[in-house]
Amino acid sequence: MTKTLTMDKPDDRRRLDHMAQAVIGKPLDRPDGPLKVSGTAPYAAEYEIENCAHGVLLRAATMGTVKSLNRAKIEALPGVLGVFSSDEFLRNPAQGMAGEAPVQGVGEVAYVGEVIGLVVAETFEQARHASYAFAPEIEPAGHIVDPEAVEPEPQDSEAVDQGDLAGAMRDASHSVDVVYRTEGHAAAAMEPHASIAVWDGPKLTLYGAYQMLKFNRKELADSLGLDEADVRIVSRYVGGGFGSKLGISQEGIAAAVAARGLGRPVSVVMTRQQVFESIMRRTETKQHMRLAADAEGRLTGLGHESLISNLPDEEFAEPVPQSTHFLYGGENRKISLNVARIHRPAAGSVRAPGEAVGMPVLENAMDELAHAVGIDPVELRKKNLPECHPETGIPFGTRKYAECMDEGAKRFGWADRNRVPGGLREGEWLIGHGMAGASRVNMTETAKARVTLSANGTATVETDMTDIGTGSYTVLGQVAAEMLGLDPAKVEVKLGDTDLPPGSGSGGSIGASSCGSAVFLACEDVRTQICEALGCEEADLTLKDGEAVTGNRRMSLADALGADELTGEGEFNPGETSEDYAQAGYGAYFCEVAVNSVTGETRVRRMLGVYAAGRILNEKTARSQCLGGMTWGIGTALTEELVHDERNGKIVNRDLAEYHVPVNLDVPQLNVVFLEEREDAACPIQSKGIGELGFCGAAGAITNAIYNATGVRVRDYPVTLDKLLAGLPD
Amino acid sequence: MKTTLKVNGEERELEADSRVSLLDALRNHFRLTGSKKGCDHGQCGACTVMVNGRRINSCLTLACMHDGDEITTIEGLGTPGSLSPMQDAFVRHDGYQCGYCTPGQICSATAMLEEAKAGWPSVVTEDLESRPDLTDEEISERMSGNLCRCAAYPNIVDAIREVAE
Amino acid sequence: MRPFDYARAEAVSDAAKGSAAGATIIAGGTNLLDLMKLEVMAPERLVDINRLPLGEIEETEEGGLKIGALVPNADLAADQRVRRDYPVLSRALLAGASGQLRNKATTGGNLCQRTRCYYFYDTSEPCNKREPGSGCRAIGGFNRIHAILGASDACIATHPSDMAVAMRALKADVEIESADGSRRTVPVDDFYRLPHDTPHIETELEAGDVITAVILPAPVTSEQRYRKVRDRASYAFALVSVAAVVSLEEGRIADVTLAFGGLAHCPWRDEAVEARLKGQAPSRALFAEAADLLLKDATGQGHNDFKIPLTKRTMIAVLADACGLETGE
Ligand SMILES: Cc1cc2nc3c(=O)[nH]c(=O)nc-3n(C[C@H](O)[C@H](O)[C@H](O)COP(=O)(O)OP(=O)(O)OC[C@H]3O[C@@H](n4cnc5c(N)ncnc54)[C@H](O)[C@@H]3O)c2cc1C
Ligand code: SF4
Ligand code: FES
Ligand code: FES
Repeated sequence: MTKTLTMDKPDDRRRLDHMAQAVIGKPLDRPDGPLKVSGTAPYAAEYEIENCAHGVLLRAATMGTVKSLNRAKIEALPGVLGVFSSDEFLRNPAQGMAGEAPVQGVGEVAYVGEVIGLVVAETFEQARHASYAFAPEIEPAGHIVDPEAVEPEPQDSEAVDQGDLAGAMRDASHSVDVVYRTEGHAAAAMEPHASIAVWDGPKLTLYGAYQMLKFNRKELADSLGLDEADVRIVSRYVGGGFGSKLGISQEGIAAAVAARGLGRPVSVVMTRQQVFESIMRRTETKQHMRLAADAEGRLTGLGHESLISNLPDEEFAEPVPQSTHFLYGGENRKISLNVARIHRPAAGSVRAPGEAVGMPVLENAMDELAHAVGIDPVELRKKNLPECHPETGIPFGTRKYAECMDEGAKRFGWADRNRVPGGLREGEWLIGHGMAGASRVNMTETAKARVTLSANGTATVETDMTDIGTGSYTVLGQVAAEMLGLDPAKVEVKLGDTDLPPGSGSGGSIGASSCGSAVFLACEDVRTQICEALGCEEADLTLKDGEAVTGNRRMSLADALGADELTGEGEFNPGETSEDYAQAGYGAYFCEVAVNSVTGETRVRRMLGVYAAGRILNEKTARSQCLGGMTWGIGTALTEELVHDERNGKIVNRDLAEYHVPVNLDVPQLNVVFLEEREDAACPIQSKGIGELGFCGAAGAITNAIYNATGVRVRDYPVTLDKLLAGLPD
Repeated sequence: MKTTLKVNGEERELEADSRVSLLDALRNHFRLTGSKKGCDHGQCGACTVMVNGRRINSCLTLACMHDGDEITTIEGLGTPGSLSPMQDAFVRHDGYQCGYCTPGQICSATAMLEEAKAGWPSVVTEDLESRPDLTDEEISERMSGNLCRCAAYPNIVDAIREVAE
Repeated sequence: MRPFDYARAEAVSDAAKGSAAGATIIAGGTNLLDLMKLEVMAPERLVDINRLPLGEIEETEEGGLKIGALVPNADLAADQRVRRDYPVLSRALLAGASGQLRNKATTGGNLCQRTRCYYFYDTSEPCNKREPGSGCRAIGGFNRIHAILGASDACIATHPSDMAVAMRALKADVEIESADGSRRTVPVDDFYRLPHDTPHIETELEAGDVITAVILPAPVTSEQRYRKVRDRASYAFALVSVAAVVSLEEGRIADVTLAFGGLAHCPWRDEAVEARLKGQAPSRALFAEAADLLLKDATGQGHNDFKIPLTKRTMIAVLADACGLETGE
């Protein structure tokens, strides 16, 4: 029997706090670590498959109608087995959680760099060479690529028009009315998208690099017209996702089509350039921020109106104001999101869609307001924390935003900060301090898991959940170890295979809470079975170190189970608490930057993040997530930007030499602190998402510090040195 | 083309197209998939291996150019049951997340320590003529040829510092 | 990468003959293979020079250093003599690429590395350098990394090397052996060409030429600086770089050589600027004047306009530092 829980009300039992093993939250090393550090963990392209042919995707360099693929020329090249293209090919990857095929058919090239075919050869070298002979005939179409050159479509789901913002602005003692821009971002996970397709009669197995297998399986089946039951996806190790591997992507379908056509397995790995050009980008944004405040800095109005872009027929719209809706008060509000339909590559989820770019800008505007009012930015924020959701009126879940700011200010030495913009200098360097808040909505997703406890004191956890670096292997094992009273080393976690019970997948920071809850429930199921075997009440059962204790009886698991093994199943579902409570993770960043007064180069010298995200399941992996997030903040603030050629929208900087992800030297030692918290409204393990929170707003702290260092307010991300030069002292 | 490589102490014959990069020889021909391909253009460091003891990007060299050379890959540094000190430090310091850049980081770090021991300076070394101390900044600069998008950098520095000491 | 014949040269003459017969020389391969994979370059024959005895750094009779063409960038930067006598070269090398790349990149190959122009790298775009006569897509395109000096209507690309900038500031000579066995030396000053209407011809090398060494003149007592300005802290090409070799005597600039990266199709040097500085007492005002002279014909392409003020600011700071001026002096 499956133990099912739907979160229709908060679960305040906090059972994990009452278990005996005391491993939950502990900074345990990852069980998958030894495989990763020895190069023996297999990623998608690394499964050893007999007789596997190699495919290289073919790109279109021009938008328009494909008249001919001119296959003959390529097919004649040495080693080439075939050139493939079909109505099944994808224009772009599926959006996260689509669960159905994305736009298919590649006869109309919608953006420069679109994949319109696949060449397969005996060897990779042959296929790669053949790909450069690809010269399709395309009748050009003059599509618009500038988001400001079209009439955008309003996104009603984000629209709020409450009170009279224009009036509030007029009457405000202090106001901010500014336009910020952020450029597009690439997820740039280190493992390029890769798939090996293997057919066995009507059954397809895809070894792929995917984040959300239960959806990917549906997307793959739907794209190829297959029965879902005939499709299996294996993604045991994924070399980073950050949203880019949420949905089935072009190489997976192409590999499957080619493998079907050739009657042998085909492996397709995207080139890095293809990943940049054809995998989801984060949209650029233009954000109009308005803040109206009274003399003391209390908000009376708030406006956040954004322009973003996407291809026609893509439903995803970067939810820029996602946290703006509830983070601060102000009774007069105008929030909108407008989508320009243009022909740049498809936009989709890249780590923390929405807050990634919305939060830094909101936090910049708050910084501008703090200056206008003349108060401490921390003070300003604390003054404006609403009692309940300022638009819907629902109560907040746990919200330790103020505590995060206070703790951070104390640890960072905020009181000793530079207060005069441009006023602190060390030799050539201008030193500045800045802070910003972190906020990320908390979400969960249906997840199932199976847990088997054996009489020999070991357990197995199974779900199709993925570990994309997030630590799923670690924390799911830890939850089971806690619930079943085992040394975590005795728990084996099996993930990343659609043959296993469908988990939530990794995306939107839902994984640990959703799948952790499913594992928790499966363990409860096991515990119930033990109680039945022992004839005791659940409350009287203690499991610890591989033994069971009830009343004054202590026994080995072998005796307690009454069987060789017991299997429990758990199913977790989000429920009404998602609507009844405004749930989010919170935090605060404090940072010190040095800006070179000669060149405008910025270095982050130290940075602190204090977070409250419910129960921390493993302090080590959670901290790592936040280190990653803060580093993404450094990239967003300083270095990362997708550059589109104005003439055809093509991504000009389509490699890792020219798209600048931060390198080791860009990142100082970062400090991460977690506050104790339990979010009963989220899930039965009281955790909230952490994978994205550490990034949401981080860039704002850095750019606020740049302003503090230089007195120059750059409203155009990223703050590359050229934007600072004019404002620097001679 | 026929090439003989000494991979992790073992002589291996490669009979392949002259176009095969050292990285593809390792991954596709010898099935040593520990060395990763992140960019194939020298821009990420995921493919870092040691050739005759020196770290290089195996994607930007041809296998046939290495006839007789000694190649050390991540598989040659240690195994899950018997990790090298650097591998072990990466596990304990959580010097990774997804693990994809990790073999390259570890090969790079292992060879980098030898460079530092030999007294090689880096661009952040104040006094070029002195023997540089391996400060955190020095470690970071010397490891900047290995991108980590998960951004385990601070933990990577911790792991390397510990092994260096 | 198209199929090619691969041959290993056992003597410099093999390489020269191979090159004369149309083979492309491969040294570290870090630039050539990058471009071959993308089919930006597609040689039919490669001649591998890695086994040639060009890996030594020797002292010359003139008291300088002769750096073999195959000396890896890493070894050159770490050489004690270079660190002591030519620190601008060590610094430039260390500012380039990454530890791994510097272990493979060679002295000869570094000099000959090709531009990082985004359009040069994409064979679906027109580019006069890659395909003479096809046009220049960078003009009117995204040109943040492009030239502000010495560009032509045919090409606005920059040379990406750091090492070559230092070599130019040190007035190095390139030693070349030809297929007929003759040897010549070409000053780095004359080694590179501006794009004019033949941007595909980048250096004075001709078919059959092999770089065998780079020769540094005897060191002079000087302050040497290399400053590289870039978009991230490490592992990025220069937006602008300045190499300076400055000799001060009795409070005056007795001699100075300045070379610049990121500004032009080759490492840039302007003797008029140096003449303006020589014999003068150092001051920021003087440096500013010299910078204006350097940049008087500079033209931005839009996205790279910032290089003009950036070059000026960086040059002033580098000279001020080399001359020991205090901040604000
Ligand atoms: C990601 C990345 C970042 C980089 N960053 C920087 C940087 O910041 N600064 C910098 O300066 N460089 C940088 N580089 C470039 C690097 O320095 C060059 O690739 C390297 O110096 C080239 O040397 P090589 O020996 O590998 O040349 P190869 O690739 O072997 O050859 C390059 C060219 O030189 C010719 N050649 C080589 N040797 C000879 C010879 N002896 N005689 C005649 N012709 C010869 C070849 O035919 C070829 O055309 C970077 C490279 C990469 C991939
Ligand atoms: S600038 Fe030069 S290299 Fe770049 S596209 Fe134009 S011609 Fe080609
Ligand atoms: S794969 Fe070799 S450096 Fe990226
Ligand atoms: S661990 Fe994922 S890229 Fe480094």
